[in-house]
Amino acid sequence: MIPAAFDYKRASSAAEAISLVGQYGDEAKFLAGGHSLIPLMKLRLAQPAMLIDIGRIKDLSYIKDGGDFIAIGALTRHMDVEKSALVLKEVPLLAHAAGYVGDAQVRHRGTIGGSLAHADSASDLPATTLALGATYVAQGPKGERLIAAADFYKGFLESALQPDEMLTEIRVPKMNGAKWGFEKFNRRAQDWAIVGVAAWRSKDASGVALVNMGSTPILATSVSAALKSGASVADAAQLAAAEAEPQDDLNASSEYRVHLAKVLVRRALEKASA
Amino acid sequence: MRHDEPRHDIRAQGESESYIMVHIKVSITVNGTQQEKDVEPRTLLVHFLRDQLQLTGTNIGCDTSSCGACTIHLDGEAVKSCTVLAAQADGGTVTTIEGLSKDGVMHPMQQAFMENHGLQCGYCTPGMVMASIGLLNENPNPTEEEVRLGLEGNLCRCTGYHNIVKSVLAAAKK
Ligand SMILES: Cc1cc2nc3c(=O)[nH]c(=O)nc-3n(C[C@H](O)[C@H](O)[C@H](O)COP(=O)(O)OP(=O)(O)OC[C@H]3O[C@@H](n4cnc5c(N)ncnc54)[C@H](O)[C@@H]3O)c2cc1C
Ligand code: FES
Ligand code: FES
Repeated sequence: MIPAAFDYKRASSAAEAISLVGQYGDEAKFLAGGHSLIPLMKLRLAQPAMLIDIGRIKDLSYIKDGGDFIAIGALTRHMDVEKSALVLKEVPLLAHAAGYVGDAQVRHRGTIGGSLAHADSASDLPATTLALGATYVAQGPKGERLIAAADFYKGFLESALQPDEMLTEIRVPKMNGAKWGFEKFNRRAQDWAIVGVAAWRSKDASGVALVNMGSTPILATSVSAALKSGASVADAAQLAAAEAEPQDDLNASSEYRVHLAKVLVRRALEKASA
Repeated sequence: MRHDEPRHDIRAQGESESYIMVHIKVSITVNGTQQEKDVEPRTLLVHFLRDQLQLTGTNIGCDTSSCGACTIHLDGEAVKSCTVLAAQADGGTVTTIEGLSKDGVMHPMQQAFMENHGLQCGYCTPGMVMASIGLLNENPNPTEEEVRLGLEGNLCRCTGYHNIVKSVLAAAKK
């Protein structure tokens, strides 16, 4: 299927992209890897009149050591995150999760910034960066601002970004050797998770986030609080869905999702505690 | 003219205000030949290849970016050409199934699919072969499990995958 007609412009820098989007207003959308947007446009679920192609802004594709955190340019592709020696060493949970996004062809095109900006609670990287306490850098006409992952997700496919703001960088705190687990339950290879869990644990802290357990990625704060006060992994995992509001859909009822979340949180935490 | 700037040369406004008809020029090297064509921005790379260049070896099997029948190489990597705009591939290098054989001799992966009965109806095969070559480029000595996982973006309704996996493992040994 072919998308509805649109006009197309290419930006060579973030500043140019932001000014173009400002010029065309609501009609315009950024195009990064296109692996969420183009499928939506083929199905007429999105019909922007203008695409601003940011996919060639090469200086926003990088992975750098930022001291306490790893800085990842928004246009960095999933495959580059998955294979990066620096990410594998400092934030192995993120490298692992990036390797579970779609299939190889998808990971050759899709970008981390596109995945987060799309704000799909069924996607792997929003929850993973939420569990890791990441900070996103957004650039707009008035300059840059930092948005904590915990403040970014507002609703179904809805983020804290203004239409003329662009994600430019993702800052993911180093895990400093913390152990981790990632569980993705799906029925078909390459698919989105029916329920997923990204979790890490150090001596005195933990982070657990859920994929597809509500309209936004969910931080399972009750689980972390229970672990902190000495609960066993099995007991803490019983609280997996305390913050969640899962939906029914073709794949699973909300009750089944709650069950899955408890099992998957337990499995992820067992790996993170081994 | 900067090559990373789309060149707009035709613009016709239809009756409805929201109707947009723009053409841009793209230049894409396909199987070694540079192709300069006018396309609509919404032209998917797969339609550019099939309809404008008559390279119909690349198939379309779905509307949802799922099946992988349309897999080609863009700048050396396997991608689903139904989910890439021709405009995004502007300036790039594309290899399709038609570009694999050299002087009438099949690519080792094509040979391996033939020898191992890695196809039945053949519909998924161009995409399977392109994805498999991409897989071996990134991982020249995969395990059986890595082949199965590496080809998760390609669906086959006939073979049950067994002989496809066998073909890829055989090609890796060539
Ligand atoms: C077959 C298939 C399977 C998939 N499976 C999974 C999966 O299992 N798990 C998963 O997590 N994802 C999956 N995906 C989605 C994939 O991860 C996408 O690559 C990703 O969600 C979007 O990234 P993109 O660069 O392609 O963004 P695009 O599609 O280009 O853009 C997505 C949205 O974000 C906006 N945008 C893009 N970049 C920016 C930016 N820097 N700043 C502000 N706004 C921006 C765009 O305007 C658009 O609204 C799958 C996709 C396909 C096609
Ligand atoms: S036609 Fe491209 S993935 Fe099915
Ligand atoms: S051989 Fe028929 S779909 Fe694969």
